[in-house]
Parts: sequence; C-alpha cells; structure tokens
Amino acid sequence: MIAELGLAALWLAASLAALQLLAAIIVVRGGGTEGEESMGGLVRPAAVVQGLLCALSFLCLLLAFVRTDLSVALVAENSHSAKPMIFKIAGAWSNHEGSMLLWVTVMGLAGGLIALVERRLPNRTMMATLGAQAFVALGFYAFLLISSNPFERLNPAPAEGNGLNPLLQDVAAAYHPTTLYVGYVGLSVAFSFAVGALLTRQVTPEFARVMRPWVLGAWIFLTLGITAGSYWAYYELGWGGWWFWDPVENASLMPWLAATALLHSASVLAARDALRAWTIMLGVVAFSMSMIGTFLVRSGILTSVHAFAVDPERGNFILALLAIYIGGALTLFALRASTVSEGERFSVLSREGALVINNVALSAILGIVLLGTLYPLVTEAFGVRVSVGPPYFNPVSAIFFFPMLLVLAVGPLLRWRRDSFDRVKLTMIAVLAVPVLVAIAMWAITGIGLLPLLGIALAACVGVGSFMPLRGRSLRRLPLPVWGMVIAHFGIAVALFGASANSAFTVEKLVAAQPGDKTEVGPWTITLAAVTPVAGPNWTALEARLGASYEGDREVEIDPQARNFWAPPQQTTESALLTRWNGQLYAVLGGEAEGGRWQLRLWWKPFVTFIWYGGILIALGGLLALIGRVSVDLKRRSARRTVEARRAVAGEAVA
Amino acid sequence: MIRLRWAVWILVALAAGLLGLFAYQLRQPKDEFVHSAMIGKPIPAFDLRPAIEERPGLSSADLADGQPKLVNIFASWCVPCAAEAPQLAELERNGANIVGVAIRDRPEDLAAFFNAYGNPFSRVGADDISAVQLSIGSSGVPETFVVDGKGVIRYQHIGDIRETDIPVLLEQLRKAES
Repeated sequence: MIAELGLAALWLAASLAALQLLAAIIVVRGGGTEGEESMGGLVRPAAVVQGLLCALSFLCLLLAFVRTDLSVALVAENSHSAKPMIFKIAGAWSNHEGSMLLWVTVMGLAGGLIALVERRLPNRTMMATLGAQAFVALGFYAFLLISSNPFERLNPAPAEGNGLNPLLQDVAAAYHPTTLYVGYVGLSVAFSFAVGALLTRQVTPEFARVMRPWVLGAWIFLTLGITAGSYWAYYELGWGGWWFWDPVENASLMPWLAATALLHSASVLAARDALRAWTIMLGVVAFSMSMIGTFLVRSGILTSVHAFAVDPERGNFILALLAIYIGGALTLFALRASTVSEGERFSVLSREGALVINNVALSAILGIVLLGTLYPLVTEAFGVRVSVGPPYFNPVSAIFFFPMLLVLAVGPLLRWRRDSFDRVKLTMIAVLAVPVLVAIAMWAITGIGLLPLLGIALAACVGVGSFMPLRGRSLRRLPLPVWGMVIAHFGIAVALFGASANSAFTVEKLVAAQPGDKTEVGPWTITLAAVTPVAGPNWTALEARLGASYEGDREVEIDPQARNFWAPPQQTTESALLTRWNGQLYAVLGGEAEGGRWQLRLWWKPFVTFIWYGGILIALGGLLALIGRVSVDLKRRSARRTVEARRAVAGEAVA
Repeated sequence: MIRLRWAVWILVALAAGLLGLFAYQLRQPKDEFVHSAMIGKPIPAFDLRPAIEERPGLSSADLADGQPKLVNIFASWCVPCAAEAPQLAELERNGANIVGVAIRDRPEDLAAFFNAYGNPFSRVGADDISAVQLSIGSSGVPETFVVDGKGVIRYQHIGDIRETDIPVLLEQLRKAES
C-alpha cells in the first residue's frame, strides 16, 4: 500500500501543478477582471499542497527502502536486506528513478516555499513566476510518471535484492547527490523568477533582491555538493586525484560557475539597478546548465566514471524537456530582451566594473568547460574519437581564472558607480605586490612548474586582498553579507593554495613490499606490518596494516583495504588516509605480487586538505550572506507590519 | 539594442545546434572500441626480441617480406586470448601466416600457455612495455591486424576471434595479397 500511496501522491501533485499553471496563465494574460483575479487565489495554495504531496511521495519511497519491500522493483534492483541501514536509505536516491523523485520533491518544496513566503514582488510577476515553476515541474512529473515510475511493483516479489553498487556504499554517497540536487533545483527557482520577470517585463532591483536568497541557497548547496563529491572521488576511487575534469564533474561545475556569476550580477542589479538583461540571461543559463548536467549524467551520452544510472531511452525524454525549457526560455529572452529597458550606467573603474569583469571571466570559463565537455560529442559526430582532459582544461581555464583572481583581490575595495584611481592606488599596489613577491620567493626556493607557481602566488594575493574590505571599518557593525563575501573570497584563496601546493609538492611511490619492509615517501617512513583478511557486513577484504611515522615520530597505524563486495560482486579499494595539518598521507593496497610481496601505492600530499577546507569556507561565506539577507528582510517585514498595525489603530481612532 | 537582440538570437541558434547534436548522438549506437588510426599506413619500424626460444622474434622488416600476415596481439595472462586459440589454429590450417606480439609476458608463462592451447605463430616477439602495441594503435588484448606484403596495416579486428570472424579475416588476407 505504501508504494501505491506514494504514486497517488505524485499523480495528485502533478495535477495540482497543471492547475497552478492554468490559473497563473489566466491571471497573467487576463485583463484583471474580478473572476480572473480570483483564479490567482488558487496559485499559491496549489504550490504549497503540491510541495507537501511530493514530500509525502518521497517519504513513501524512503519507507519502502527502509523496510526493504522487495515487491517494489526499484528496491529489489538497488537494495539488499543485508545492507546497513544508512545505505538502505541512501539507496532510495542512488538510482535513476529515486533521484528524479528527489529532484521533483526538492522542486515542489522550493515552489511551495516561495508561494508561502514571498510577498514583495508585484502580483502578476509573482503569478508568472509560480506559473513558470509549475510548467517546469510538469515536465519532470511527466518524465517520472511516464518513463521512470519509482513505485513500480514486481510480481512475484524476488526473495532477495540486487544490492547497491559498492562504489556508492559510502557515507558521502548519502549526502553528495542530495546536496547537488538541492543546488540544481534551487536554480530552477531563479529560472522561474527570471522567466516571470521577463513575461511581465518587471526587471527591477526588487526582483534581484527577491531572487538573490534563492540563488545564494542553491549556490551554497552546489558548493558543498561539489566539495563533498571531490573529496569522495579522492578517497574512494583510489587514484589520489581530486578533480578529473570528468564530464559529470563538469556537469556540476558548470551550474556552479553560472550561479556564481548570477550571484554577483544580481548584487549589481539589487544595489545599482544595472545589468538587467544580463542577470535575467544568467538566471536562464544557470538552470539550463543544471538540466544539461542532469541530461549528460542520465542519458549516458558521454562515457564517464559516473555511469551508475544510465538509460538512452530516458535520454530522449530529458532531451525533449531540455528543448522545451532551454529553447523556450532563450527564445522568450530573445523576444523580450530588447524591451527590458537599459539599467543605470557606470564607469569601468567601479565596483560594477570589477563585477562585470568577474562575470565575463566566469562566463568564459563556463564556455571553456562546456566546450571541453561536449567537444568529444561534436567530433564523434564526424567519426573522430577524442577525449579532452587536464592538458586542455587546466591551462585554458587558467587564462581567465588567474586574471579574474587579480580583479577579485582588488574589486571589493572599489566604490559603486565611479571610483578614482588615486583613492585606491596605494592599497591596490600593496595587494598586487603580494603575488609578485611570493612568486619570486617560491621560484627561488623550489623551482616548481608555472601553473602551481602562479596558483600559490595568486592564492596569497587573494588571501590578503580578501580581508582588505575590513580595513578601517568597525568589525562589530559590519553587515553579515560583507563578512560572507570576505570569508568566501578567502575560501577561494585557501582552496587554490591547496590545489597548487598539492600539484607542486606531491610525492608518489609504488612499491612491492614484504611484511617488515620500510618505505620512505616524503617525510614519512612506512612499515608494512602484515596483510590479513577481514570481513564486514556485506564484504570481505584484504587489509594491510601499515605503521606510518612522520619524520621519526611515533608510529601511527593505518589500514588500507582491497574490498570484495558480494552483493553485487565487485572489487573496490578503500584507501587509508592520515591527515596532518600540513597534508595527507594516502595509502592504497594493490594486488599480490610474486614472492609474498604486496603492491602498495603511497602518496604524501602537502596541504591537499586545504582544497576542501576552502570549499567549506566558500559555502560558509554564502551561508553568512544568506542569513544576513534573510534577517534584514524579516526585520523590514516586521517593521512594515508594525507600521500597518499602527495605521490601522490610528484609522480606528479617527473613525 | 538591435545588436543585443542579434547576439541573443545567436545564443538561441547555438542552443538549438547543441540540442540537435544531442538528438543525433542519442540515436547513434555506442561504439566503445578504440579503432586504430594506423589502418592504411605502413607499420612503424620496430625490432622485438624472441619471446620464446622455439620461435624467432619479430621486426617490421619481417612484415614486409611480400607475404600478407596476421599480427596477433596477445598475452598468456589474457583469458580471451586463450578463448580464441582454436580459431587461430583454424586460421593457420587455412594457410594464414600468423605472427604474435606477446604483451608484458614471461618465457615460462608463454611456454605453459602454448602447451595448453597450441602455438599457431611462426614468429613471436616480446613487447615488454607495449611499445609496438601502442604504435600500431591497439588498445588492448587480444587484437588481430592484417598486414599486407609491403608492411601496410590493412585491417584491425578488436577482441577475441569468434567462429564467425574466421571467413572475414581470411577474406581480408586474400584482399591484402592484391
């Protein structure tokens, strides 16, 4: 019954979305007669109830997985009674159908939330926004209900389930896709706001202020999702790398780049009423990138390490959705863009000018990543097979990334609208001198490669520059969004430093060792004590016991494993990590070599953890900004209510 | 404003092109094989030492002696290579001259392999670092190339040779003679 309840809730939610769309169309197109306006009363409740129904449907699926109800096909295919509970629950969204249900659930809840709380925009714009949201949701409901029903029954029910891909049996798999999806779908709200504003031609600073928290929220989740995904790939895949420019990684990076650009251009629009058309376009592009990302992952059109849930038939369906939403929104934008009146003007040397450079650079990097990701598809159409990797992505994106960082270091010091070079000259020179000095020092001491050298130098520059906006201001009275900006920019510096230091100073060693053998890797001395078999809940493994000593310190034990899962049968490597403040020791147990020797792969990766600390700092900065924006909004709201209440009291008194 | 509108329409056109590309590629059968770019080109110069005592080694000069040959890229540690052994024997009975390139192998393992599955090769070269394999555009084992009498690579078969592939390979050998 649970499965049927979930399916029924989904159908009801879909029909409410249709109702929401129709009512919104009547209000937006109508001439404002009383009957038409009363239809508008349907829109918000429909959105709220729709969100609740989605949540109910998702809960039903969770319950089916928790109980391992094998009569539900999805559970039988992806779960197993012997699986630990956390992975049973994660199994609900670690597959195609479940992840799409998660997608519409997040989308439904987000739509319900804006319907519930957002009262700042003009009514028609709001109706158009909710209508757009319903229109997008309808496509995904259709996709779920027609081609990927998560609640399909099996008759007869099998005695045991298939299990879950062992690579996904990891705690990170439980939150990595969820955070990314919340981010992807959060951008659908920005998309709907952009479409709503275009439909009613109301592109105002107020619109940017309303949209901004949603972009911020989505962006925080995308940042966390990418950070978590990168760390997961780093320790689970056992290659010691943290970013592979894999199509699916790029699929999550592209929406993040677009959302970062959107965040900054929305700030310009909110503060200065400039960049109107550009902000709208980024709103459309950001969600388009989310959908293209989902399409690339789900259709299997590109070969990728993420080929966990692939189905070309469904690819056709998502492609149709892409054509409708991206094509439709871009066409609407093309038709309306020239009727959106031009915003305020500003000089090049100003905060806006710096943000425009930031936007152009981010868009260029987005274009580079998109081109690199899709290039194999283009050449394949002409019968040529290529794969595009780090030799393209690293230097080509660096061409735009590094200059952007210079602007990032000094941009926040500039004033809005117009600034004079004389005012900021000294600070600028001080900030820009940092990378030059660091680069010279690093080059003299270590003689590392060009990209890591530039990376470390610019990390120092951005690190210093990010705190400059605090100079001469009262720290206690500084608004939260400014703190957010400072911390997020500092996070960029931290992550960049980690990435550069890692690629410059990593030491790698591959040895065939016998128990008792000692190996040196960087400052570490590693002793192989023994290799023994161990057993887990649904796997058996060979475990190496290693003693690791840092510069002759006391030995610490680490145990990398080569695991054999038996449901389904598959081998994985469980790397062992030893984290110090200044880096990580990374050990992988390979196969058995001749003569009782074991292959060991060892890395010493200085400061590699800073990559993910940086990611967390960036997200934290976003969170502070979000809290700041929302609390200001709440204060304004309560102030308005007090004023209205006073007026009402005064009115009564007069009467 | 007029210019902006044009720029945006170009964006729309690009998006349409992209979607068209997606639609086209979705309908293409996925070909996971990596085809050699060396087909139709002369085999690069190489000289491999004998992999076993009983047979001579292999050099590019041996492949340009006027007689078309099958070049089988194999290894004793490769399971599909053992599976295709009867088909190689059948090809040899039909008059094919087969030479082998043993990838990252050891003489004693090879001897055991030939003992178990027979040795259809007139020459076996040892390619210890996959240098020859990579230079002729082979991405795995087993693969079989048809090389004509002038040492030009004419045809590539990827994966193990099945019963149905025997006539195809013989036909390719016959074509390579002309």
